[in-house]
Amino acid sequence: MNLLLLISVPSLTALIVLFLYEPKKIKAVSFAGSVIQLGLVLYTLKAYYQQKQLNPLNNFFFEKTYAWFPSLNINFHIGIDGIAIAMLLLTAVVVLAGILVSWKVEKNVKEFFFLLLLLSAGAYGFFISLDLFSLFFFLEVAVIPKFLLIGIWGSGKKEYSAMKLALMLMGGSALIFVGLLALYITTSGNGFNWQVVASLNISSELQKIIFPFLFIGFGVFTALFPFHTWVPDGHSSAPTAASMFLAGISMKLGGYGCLRVAVYLLPEAAHYYSPYIIVLATIAILYGAFATMMQQDLKYINAYSSVSHCGFVLLGIGMLTKTSINGAVLQMVSHGLMTALFFAAIGMLYERTHTRMLKELGGLLKVMPFIATVFVIAGLCSLGLPGLSGFVAEMTVFMGSWERVETGYRIATILSCSSIVVTAVYILRATGQTVMGPITNNHFNVLTDATWNERLAAAVLLIAILIIGIAPFYLNDLIKPGTEMMMQKIASSVK
Amino acid sequence: MFSNFILSLQHELWLFALIMLLLCIKLGSSEIKPAPLLLGINILLGLNFVSGFFFHHSGSLFSEMFISNELKDFQKNILNLGVLLISLQSFVWLKSHQHIIEFYVLLLSSLMGMFFMISAGNILMLYIGLELSTIPLAAAANFNLDKRVSSEAAFKFIISSALSSGVLLLGISFLYGATGTLQLTELSHLIHNTTFLVFTLILIIAGFGFKISAVPFHLWTADVYEGSPVAVTSFLSVISKAAVIFVFTKTLLTAFDPLQSVWPTIISLLALLTIITGNVFAIRQQNIKRLLAFSSIAQVGFILIAISSNTVTGSIATVYFVLIYLFSNLAAFGVVSLISAVTGKENINDYKELRKTNPMLCWVLTIALFSLAGVPPTAGFFGKFFLLMSGAPNNNFAVIVIAALNMMVSMYYYLRVVKIMFMDKNENPVEDIKIPWYSSFALIICVAGIVLTGILSGSYNYIFSIH
Repeated sequence: MNLLLLISVPSLTALIVLFLYEPKKIKAVSFAGSVIQLGLVLYTLKAYYQQKQLNPLNNFFFEKTYAWFPSLNINFHIGIDGIAIAMLLLTAVVVLAGILVSWKVEKNVKEFFFLLLLLSAGAYGFFISLDLFSLFFFLEVAVIPKFLLIGIWGSGKKEYSAMKLALMLMGGSALIFVGLLALYITTSGNGFNWQVVASLNISSELQKIIFPFLFIGFGVFTALFPFHTWVPDGHSSAPTAASMFLAGISMKLGGYGCLRVAVYLLPEAAHYYSPYIIVLATIAILYGAFATMMQQDLKYINAYSSVSHCGFVLLGIGMLTKTSINGAVLQMVSHGLMTALFFAAIGMLYERTHTRMLKELGGLLKVMPFIATVFVIAGLCSLGLPGLSGFVAEMTVFMGSWERVETGYRIATILSCSSIVVTAVYILRATGQTVMGPITNNHFNVLTDATWNERLAAAVLLIAILIIGIAPFYLNDLIKPGTEMMMQKIASSVK
Repeated sequence: MFSNFILSLQHELWLFALIMLLLCIKLGSSEIKPAPLLLGINILLGLNFVSGFFFHHSGSLFSEMFISNELKDFQKNILNLGVLLISLQSFVWLKSHQHIIEFYVLLLSSLMGMFFMISAGNILMLYIGLELSTIPLAAAANFNLDKRVSSEAAFKFIISSALSSGVLLLGISFLYGATGTLQLTELSHLIHNTTFLVFTLILIIAGFGFKISAVPFHLWTADVYEGSPVAVTSFLSVISKAAVIFVFTKTLLTAFDPLQSVWPTIISLLALLTIITGNVFAIRQQNIKRLLAFSSIAQVGFILIAISSNTVTGSIATVYFVLIYLFSNLAAFGVVSLISAVTGKENINDYKELRKTNPMLCWVLTIALFSLAGVPPTAGFFGKFFLLMSGAPNNNFAVIVIAALNMMVSMYYYLRVVKIMFMDKNENPVEDIKIPWYSSFALIICVAGIVLTGILSGSYNYIFSIH
């Protein structure tokens, strides 16, 4: 199994799209490419299990190193473990669904699909990189397509949102860049190899200097309070597929980076800064939840709830226990799927009713039962209903957090738990207002239900959510070796 | 001996032959139609570029006044490529111009000066090359004959470069007075850390600073760039800057090696000032040429950070970045020059809705701007990354942080242009321009360069191998 395939398939699809002219063909090729990619990721999963059985002690599989800039010791080093596969699966599912819901795009079809595929190629590359240089490279590859996707195909105050998003994310990358350079200097020019850096003993003073750069940098991507302000604007202005990619994939790049780069490489500093991270995460959780209550626009509701839910990821990382980190990874996957589903449903509603305002919607269950049901399920998943993925993930984070017995940590855990109540309020309000009750507008009567592509997109996401919700042990077993390896390093750093 | 002479001077002799040929055509014949003439010149320039790759010769001439080696050959090839691209891009503008041959003679003489400058083993030779490269450019800046801004630009340029040459010459004469030699290799043994020599160093840095428009010596840049014809502007911002940067790096790294406790600090201060000023002024520009002028000032600031590292890695990163910068900036100027030649529009707001009328040009400009901003997968990312990476170990942490954050600031003004082209509405957009084949040829080379120079690391590894 050569992991390069995972980058080549989306890149090749993007290249083919560049040379096609008919919108139909472009869509077909993109769809085919993303199906192949999903198959490839599933095959990788199977191959991973086989390899894992043969060498249970190995952490990374299918490792390959290609010389890139040999004189600078920069190599293209790829390899995956369970966590990376989980993220790859998430990406593949969301990309497939995203391409399916964009079937009706008519403006500049070629560029739209090209940018979507480029973004996904960046995400795949990011998750398989074991070299900090290529990791950073792919992280930034995924930024600029978002600017164009939002700015050109978006709605509302799209230019403002696109600019805000691009600048904030570039600011985040600039911080990451500084952090990486600092790591590069401490390795005395040995390059950016992740495993080499991980094996170094970096003095705790130095760790404390570098950690904020890396953590805040990646944190900007995953809506770390107070750098979350791009999330509501960006999500609400983006076209449906871009919202799905943004919330489902792009925000996870940040969480993954926080975990893999900041916390794993600088564990002592992670312990030192853990209270600060937890305070910020708790604020994000509560603030996001309360801000959602006040929103009238469905996309803003989901965007602010994303801030709140991504807070759980950061909370899990900040707590630094094995269960909480496990929970953080679960939450990344679960939130990615759930929020993509939510955005897809909102997009389908908006396409038909041309409004996203709660006040103007109502009774949609009668006219479009499929979409309305999907909408409700996504809401329930976000609310943390048992049997769906959200419950599993949040529960794990809370259990992990409860393992920290210090008073401050306990308070943070309790406060975060209490946000579930607020979540229930806004989710039930939003779903109730939108799909229940009498039909508020006579125009709604003539609207049609989901088309085949929309049904397929929703089905793909729903199946993934249900699998995680009903049988969480599959995903848990997959990511466990990865988190155990992390915990070893983190635990060994505590004196 | 004779083959040594020819091989060492191969680039210069080619250029000399070209200039002579052009002069003969000018003096001899009656009238040649502009299109075939331009085609011929471009073919010759293409041959000139290709020929640079065949022979590599390391040697010295005129008692080490003139040195040639593979690195210098490569640097000259970069400049040759740039001139070829500029020439292709200015086809449309020149076709309606009366003085085609004069324009090329000026441009090529200036290039000749740069070649001598790059190959100089002696500061006197370097100075002669520098002057030869500057003076024809002042005339070329005046080449929009019916425009007043053009002659104003020429005047500003000649006055400021005369001033900077004066400062540089003062530094050189002090240097000679203190050490008794101007040979670069000998100087490195004779320079000591004395106040007088530090003062000399500052004079020389100031002199070079004018030419590469480092802040605070940048005041001439924007006006000259705006007033000159686009072809000259791109020549000034890419070719002449590149040449001076090569020489500047070389001089500091070799001759002023004994003062390495002094000059890196000065250079990093200059770098910070340059980056910040360039960025802050670029934000508010309305004219696309002025925007590119200030952006090129900021880019020089990043290069200075690599120079301040005082390492070979820094010098490699500089050459590599210059190559990438050449592709990116010339792609941007190529689009600007085409639009300016056809419609006369140079204001950023005129580019509104360019996406609708000229999708190809719009995408080329977008890719070029992304590369200038340093966004992957374009080559600009690699260039900027390596510049800062080589500068990082030797610099203050704060310098790197400020530089990195400035990449975000620069992002704003590049994205602003992209936003205007893709997202703004315009009742009177630029008309649908038919891209002539030579322009598209040049643009294709630039875009290919932007996309491939980074991801395929071949060019970096080559530059490393010849250093």
